[in-house]
Amino acid sequence: MEKTKVLSSLQKYTMVIALVLVFILFSVLTEGKILLAQNINNLISQNAYVFVLATGMLLCILTGGNIDLSVGSVIAFAGGIGAVIMEKGGNSFIAVAVMLIVGTLVGVLQGYFIAYVKVPPFIATLAGMYAFRGLANVVLQGYAVTIDDKTFLNVFGGGADCYVPEFLNFIEGKNGTCIIAGALGIIIYLVVTFGGRIRAKKAGYTVDPLFGVVVKAVIICAAIAWITNKLSSFKGIPSALIWIGLVLFIYTYVTTKTTMGRYLYAVGGNEKATRLSGINTKSVYFFAYVNMGLLAGLASILTIARASSAQPTYGQGYEMDAIAACFIGGASAYGGIGNVGGVVIGAVLMGVINQGMSIMGVDANYQKVVKGLVLLFAVLFDILSKKDKK
Amino acid sequence: MAKVLLEMKNITKEFPGVKALDNVNLSVEEGEIHALVGENGAGKSTLMNVLSGIYPYGTYTGDIVYNGEVCKFNKIKDSEEKGIVIIHQELALVPYMTIGENMFLGNEQGKKAAIDWHKTYNEADKYLKMVGLSESSKVLIKDIGVGKQQLVEIAKALAKNAKLLILDEPTSSLNESDSRALLDLLLKFKKEGLTSIIISHKLNEVSYVADKITVVRDGATIETIDNPDKKLPEDRIIKGMVGREITDRFPKRPGVEIGDVKLEVKNWTVFHPQYEGRKVCDNVSISVRKGEVVGISGLMGAGRTELAMSIFGKSYGKDISGELIIDGEKKSFKTIKDAINAGIAYVTEDRKGNGLVLSNPIKINTTLANLDSISPKMIIDKDKEYNVAVEYKEKLKTKCPTVEQNVGNLSGGNQQKVLLAKWMFADPDILILDEPTRGIDVGAKYEIYCIINDLVAAGKSVIMISSELPEVLGMSDRIYVMNEGKIVGELSKEEASQEVIMGCILKSGRGE
Repeated sequence: MEKTKVLSSLQKYTMVIALVLVFILFSVLTEGKILLAQNINNLISQNAYVFVLATGMLLCILTGGNIDLSVGSVIAFAGGIGAVIMEKGGNSFIAVAVMLIVGTLVGVLQGYFIAYVKVPPFIATLAGMYAFRGLANVVLQGYAVTIDDKTFLNVFGGGADCYVPEFLNFIEGKNGTCIIAGALGIIIYLVVTFGGRIRAKKAGYTVDPLFGVVVKAVIICAAIAWITNKLSSFKGIPSALIWIGLVLFIYTYVTTKTTMGRYLYAVGGNEKATRLSGINTKSVYFFAYVNMGLLAGLASILTIARASSAQPTYGQGYEMDAIAACFIGGASAYGGIGNVGGVVIGAVLMGVINQGMSIMGVDANYQKVVKGLVLLFAVLFDILSKKDKK
Repeated sequence: MAKVLLEMKNITKEFPGVKALDNVNLSVEEGEIHALVGENGAGKSTLMNVLSGIYPYGTYTGDIVYNGEVCKFNKIKDSEEKGIVIIHQELALVPYMTIGENMFLGNEQGKKAAIDWHKTYNEADKYLKMVGLSESSKVLIKDIGVGKQQLVEIAKALAKNAKLLILDEPTSSLNESDSRALLDLLLKFKKEGLTSIIISHKLNEVSYVADKITVVRDGATIETIDNPDKKLPEDRIIKGMVGREITDRFPKRPGVEIGDVKLEVKNWTVFHPQYEGRKVCDNVSISVRKGEVVGISGLMGAGRTELAMSIFGKSYGKDISGELIIDGEKKSFKTIKDAINAGIAYVTEDRKGNGLVLSNPIKINTTLANLDSISPKMIIDKDKEYNVAVEYKEKLKTKCPTVEQNVGNLSGGNQQKVLLAKWMFADPDILILDEPTRGIDVGAKYEIYCIINDLVAAGKSVIMISSELPEVLGMSDRIYVMNEGKIVGELSKEEASQEVIMGCILKSGRGE
């Protein structure tokens, strides 16, 4: 009995273990280069869009394995509009608002067709994928538009100074703000975890075994401390990390604590039963796609900021990165199963593999082969481990 | 003494942690109909899966002796080659293929690379005639009824040259007349020398058709009863199944006061959502009082489920007309939510398809229909949710380790309890229970009946739709009989009997 418990909890964290192993593998292969502070920093900044898109994609996938193929094109389209506004001398705040609104409107449009007209999501968003790619070209007239609005770049993770400013320089060679933020992060995590546990115990609920909770807490705190240390010895907290953190926090909350989150899982698990429980299932699909649009808008902001420009070709294949991150992170292709934590693991794993191979100088074509294999093996592993249980 | 066709000796089959079969012995003579009965999870289907090679040789211990030789089946094809064909409870037919295509699926006529369609349809027509179907084999499966689909399955088995036919719950989705036709067909084939094993919950059918009845309980064979004159009383079989005599299959409901009319449906007409102009419910008027159990009896396809779902927030049908009166007040529901808010709950007959989210735990299923009540400001109070689930688990005596258990892992009876808990938590005044005991075993049925009694004792109104006549008769204060979308009889508890109900249906069928 004890043995199977250990095994099943190991199974729960297989992707975490896989991630650690891959990380160690690349540390050896790159002779430690991947562990350099600058590379850790780049890992976060370069993959910001994956975290944001994959979170939105997760909600769509939860409703029954539905995906959104249009997000890559929407990034080019919304990003293009934002860049043109800024180029014409428009305020960057207005540009940001417009990009978010454009993304959301795209979501409303596609969500309407999917939820209320019952166009299969694959087809509705495939149509969007073509249409918005074309419109991105129209908006940018086929050219690249450079962005030089300093505030915009700093806040959304582009250019040389896209870091949270240093307020406290109390350790030589280390970024004080970053250390304080990391410490705060650890304290908040501990308070929430153990505070919640104590409260639940007082109220007489069964709680997870202390040992497991402590082990998990130690690992998470160690990870935060390690990243904090790395980032603080480079330039501090990249602003992209703030946005990633915000998105992950909000959507962890939405999926685990709110009624809408519950409905997303229920619809994916059994749509008919959910409808007969008096829940408006159409509005659940609609919500998932509108939300995807909003996050695609945010991703477009991060993407053009990172590149300091907008081009009609931006965002190509981003939808696939997001979908892959979800499935590697344990989301079910049939819906109803998956969580934000898994998405984080999936996105980081893809990022580490990408970066590790780039540092090693592996041909970009082979990088794609490896990515494909990783996706296949992740899902294969998931299927096989479930088979054993039966 | 006829020749023994099949002998299964000391079959033991283990799943991780469970011994599904424990030294089971079964012996079937040539040309007999042998029934396997037992509660859900007793191991009947497992035994048949061992026999047909679904669980390959080596995953179980013991011997299968068929036609005098020891058999080692590794896959279904192996057993089919010997003439052992199994028809599963869930029909294995492809809706958008023709009868002929289905019948020879995996057994295609002609050459591998070129199917001979003339031969296929010719042969198919031949077998269809044998089972008494007049349909052309070029008709699509989706266009014929479930009863005929079951016959197609049998024709398919015959086309495989079956010598031993295994039927797993062949009548579970058939109405009484279709069931009877199917059983008579089996008797006809028996005369022609076909041996069959039939697994069934319907004991009256077992007693009608079987020469021998083997009772399986907790993975072991308990006894084999001879049934030469086809008149074995059901109680005798039940005794073997549950290991004790059930003196009263329906619990008493003492002293529940029946109050005022709670829900009244007047002149309710519903049209089929796809077929233009087809009335599914035709001018139906029914009512239920406070504290009353009203049964709705009728054959499969009589429009009972459709009636219930159309009342429940128009979740079925179109162009619905008629009046809905609750507590003397006229109501009109646009959505299912409206119906729930007005105090109606519809507990579906299809608990896996329409009722539960099988991949989710008990607690999440329990609160799904009334999540708002534990979610101030759209934020779920998970502690409250857990408490609610535990409360209902204890109230309904649901057997499960914790409420974190996924519903998909529970037995049928316990799933049904979770489904009931879900709707009881929605706190309705009127519960429409659609086939509340379908596919669950005798013991669990009794517990569901007790829950129904508790509900009416608490002043709720219950409308119970059921195809099992004894259940309708045993539980209802009043009974409506429905046929072809119309109410064809209203009977008080005293005047109702199986004969009177069937009489109502037959009379209306003849247009009297």
